[in-house]
Amino acid sequence: MAAAVELDKVSIRFGDFTAVDDATLAIEPGEFFSFLGPSGCGKTTLLRTISGFIEPTDGSVRIGGADMRGQGPNSRPTALIFQNLALFPMMSVAENIAYGLRVRGTSKTERRKVADRLLDLIALPGQGDKRIDELSGGQKQRIAIARALAVEPKVLLLDEPLSALDLKLRHHMRNELRAIQRRVGITFIYITHDQGEALTMSDRVAVMNKGVIEQVADGRTLYETPRTAFVASFVGENNAFIGTVAETDGDIAQVASPAGPLSGRNLRKLRRSSEAVLFVRPEALFVDAEGPLAARTGEVAYEGSQTHATFTLSGGGTVTVTFGRGETVPEPGAHVRLGFAPEDAIVLPREGYADA
Amino acid sequence: MHSSVGHALILALPVVVVAFYAMTAWLERRRAGANAPISFFKRNGIAVSIYLIAAVTLWTILMIVLPQLYMIDLSFRPKLPPNQMGGPKDLYTLENYQYFLFGSTRSTAQWNIIHIKAFALTIGASIVVTAFNLALCYPVAFYMAKVSTPARLRLLMLMLIAPYWVNEILRAFAIRILLASSGVVNQALIGLGLVDQPVDFLGLDIGMYAGLSYAYLLMMVFPLYNAIESLDRNQIEAARDLGAPWWHIHAFIVLPHAKPGIASGCTLVFMLTAGALAAPLILGGPSTLWFTPIVYDRFYQAFNWSQGAAYALLLLLACILFVLAAMRIGKLSLGEITR
Amino acid sequence: MTGQLVNRWLIGIYLAGFFTYLFGPLIVMGITAFNSSNYPAVVPFEGATLEWFRILLSDGEVVQGLRTSLLIGVLVVCVSVPVGLAGAIVLTQIHARARPLYYLVVVSPVLTPGVIIGISTVIFWRDVTQTTGIRMFYDGIVMTVLSQSSFISAYCMLILLARLQRFDRSLEEAALDLGATHAQVFRDVLLPFLRPAMLSASVLAFLASFENYNTTTFAILADKTLTTVLAGRVRQGSTPAISALAVMIVAITVAAAVAYEILKRRDDARRKARKAAAAAEEGRDLTPVVVGGAPQSAMAD
Repeated sequence: MAAAVELDKVSIRFGDFTAVDDATLAIEPGEFFSFLGPSGCGKTTLLRTISGFIEPTDGSVRIGGADMRGQGPNSRPTALIFQNLALFPMMSVAENIAYGLRVRGTSKTERRKVADRLLDLIALPGQGDKRIDELSGGQKQRIAIARALAVEPKVLLLDEPLSALDLKLRHHMRNELRAIQRRVGITFIYITHDQGEALTMSDRVAVMNKGVIEQVADGRTLYETPRTAFVASFVGENNAFIGTVAETDGDIAQVASPAGPLSGRNLRKLRRSSEAVLFVRPEALFVDAEGPLAARTGEVAYEGSQTHATFTLSGGGTVTVTFGRGETVPEPGAHVRLGFAPEDAIVLPREGYADA
Repeated sequence: MHSSVGHALILALPVVVVAFYAMTAWLERRRAGANAPISFFKRNGIAVSIYLIAAVTLWTILMIVLPQLYMIDLSFRPKLPPNQMGGPKDLYTLENYQYFLFGSTRSTAQWNIIHIKAFALTIGASIVVTAFNLALCYPVAFYMAKVSTPARLRLLMLMLIAPYWVNEILRAFAIRILLASSGVVNQALIGLGLVDQPVDFLGLDIGMYAGLSYAYLLMMVFPLYNAIESLDRNQIEAARDLGAPWWHIHAFIVLPHAKPGIASGCTLVFMLTAGALAAPLILGGPSTLWFTPIVYDRFYQAFNWSQGAAYALLLLLACILFVLAAMRIGKLSLGEITR
Repeated sequence: MTGQLVNRWLIGIYLAGFFTYLFGPLIVMGITAFNSSNYPAVVPFEGATLEWFRILLSDGEVVQGLRTSLLIGVLVVCVSVPVGLAGAIVLTQIHARARPLYYLVVVSPVLTPGVIIGISTVIFWRDVTQTTGIRMFYDGIVMTVLSQSSFISAYCMLILLARLQRFDRSLEEAALDLGATHAQVFRDVLLPFLRPAMLSASVLAFLASFENYNTTTFAILADKTLTTVLAGRVRQGSTPAISALAVMIVAITVAAAVAYEILKRRDDARRKARKAAAAAEEGRDLTPVVVGGAPQSAMAD
């Protein structure tokens, strides 16, 4: 079975600016796939290329195995949910949902039937005659989804559709979206800069930075074994130590950093004296009298199930440590030593890492 | 030069301009390659594209540009009977403009005093009427923009617009009834014992100036209102807080901010006043000299269309100069004036 | 405190004076319409009469002029609104380098005196008629429609442009994405969005045409519109019949304005109610979508 969407060496340039650089990946049918990255990383450009609003400068986009070159958005089997939803204000809810069928010449009664069925699916039965400005934010969201589903697309593209909602509703809609996707069983491609959204909803996530796809993996892999320094610092919180590889021993590399020599897993097989960053998650750090890091306790923030504390290192810089329930948290101002297991730290090439 | 040459040039001009821009756009698209913005035909679809191009071409070329160019052309051609037009005698000449300055070659006077005076008077009086309307409307616009409550504002708007749905002729007529020798104003003046003879307002041209000012008040109020409305009320409050007297606030805060509105209102009022025909015809005394009726007479009394075209062009030039001056003084673009 | 009071009084007096200037002449004219005196006068008031209204309505020339004016008004709306719409759309899409020249050309009629527009139109079409021999265009009504439309289209364009600039391009893209052709996007999305502005443009175009005198008087040739008939009458010497006509126009105007205001308020109220309804719905946003049944059920049948 052909992949739902395949990107083959896709590059998109505007004049001198490269928005997307050599992107290659395959998205499987029925998958919930996310593009995650900071604003300006090219993820929206890539989405608009899949939906047909932009032609790639190089490479090709295939949907269901068919090359899409020269096909406009109105002839592709995709449906896009816009960031601002773009519901038609001059049409009723049912007319909005059935618009895609209307332009295909479907009869009025058939259109009404489909609209009613989709309204049931999104739990807004009998609301077809309402006007768009009579709806709440969450209802509009669902109508936009129903409108896109009405044309029975092979792929549903979502461009940060939750960004306009308040926090509570956003969390609620994550579950709703996932539930709708399971129910209709088609491929969802989701664009977001919110890692929480990407990790909780998606089967797989592509992390993008400056037009480049840095890593494609499921959420756990991204968090536990990031392939690049950007992914390590962008997905989840992380403490970074910049230095050069001093020694390698099997899977473990030792990095000479301003805070002293530190060891971590050498997944990328870095050689001696290459520039590297060592990452340790806050929950992997603990107070250890033998530990390599001499530090002074700064602010301590108690958050119920866990406690976050910042430490100023004697070699310069700060680290964040997360303590679980029952662990002893040092008093602010106390001098302690911190340690971690080398298996919990990861050494990655420094390339592309902006020290922030 | 023969007139047929001029016509060929006139017809070629729009074609050349359009072709030039079409070429530039086409070359640019070719250079941009795959990144070119979506083409006009693709963006609108074929049917809509044809409608857009046809409508805009008819409008700009057949309704705006060619008539104006033909008028300019005619103003440089001699008056000829129809069967000789385009014939050997149809050569370009300045005689229509010479007539405006020096009158008929048979006339003994050195200058064409009547027409020159009428032109100067029209321009001068239009400037005065424009300034008068600005002064009259400024307080009203300021009140509407910054003092009035929303409900009252809506009422005021309605009251301002309603009289302008009444025909221009009828508005002039209303002034005439009011100021006639047996009109309400004269009767009131006599009744109060201020005068013992009715004042001949119309003969003194007071009626005409009142009518001209009255006719285009609205064109001044709305641009002013829009400009003042966009001024942040806090600026006025702050100035008042600092102890600025009221005239100071207006001269140094409100007026500079309202400059685009002033320029736009003045341009419209000047243009309409200088080009007014109804008020001078209806309210002018027998000896009144306004320029537009003279232009009208060149066409439909003297049947000298070439001369009429020349006179019309002079009026148009005066208006263009005024617009340019307003743009320069107000540091405005054309878009801001017509907003 | 007293200073403010004086200020308020001064403003009040000023506004009262201003609106007296605006309405006074019209009111006086209105009164003369009902006075039986032969010359339009308020005093002596020789007794109320509706006679002048009867005379007006039996005046063939006035009624014929009114008919011509209405015909021209409707034709001008039919030309100006589509042309203004095209003008506005083209302005938003035209190549950036051609835009200043294009804008200059299309707004120039707004800044050109009406008499000149009339004159140039007549000159142009007379020449076309002489060169081509086609007599169709050298006709009072055709030329009046063409000349009025040249500047009324610009009004319409400016009105439509203001609304077009608020148009959300993503609506267009959404329709395309759902499979609409470009023509369908234009018909189903852009036109309905512009409809309110097209209505105002139509009303304004009709009024501007109906009361136009300067351009019409040059372009109309031997025909007569209501304004040119009126101008002729008023110049010959006035009768209260003209006042009667003015009263009728004012009455229709006020009725239309009041009706418009009522409709607008009702619309505002409706919109407010919808907003309130939407706000009330927010509370139900967090109820879950009922997920059940076989997957694919929504798409399968």
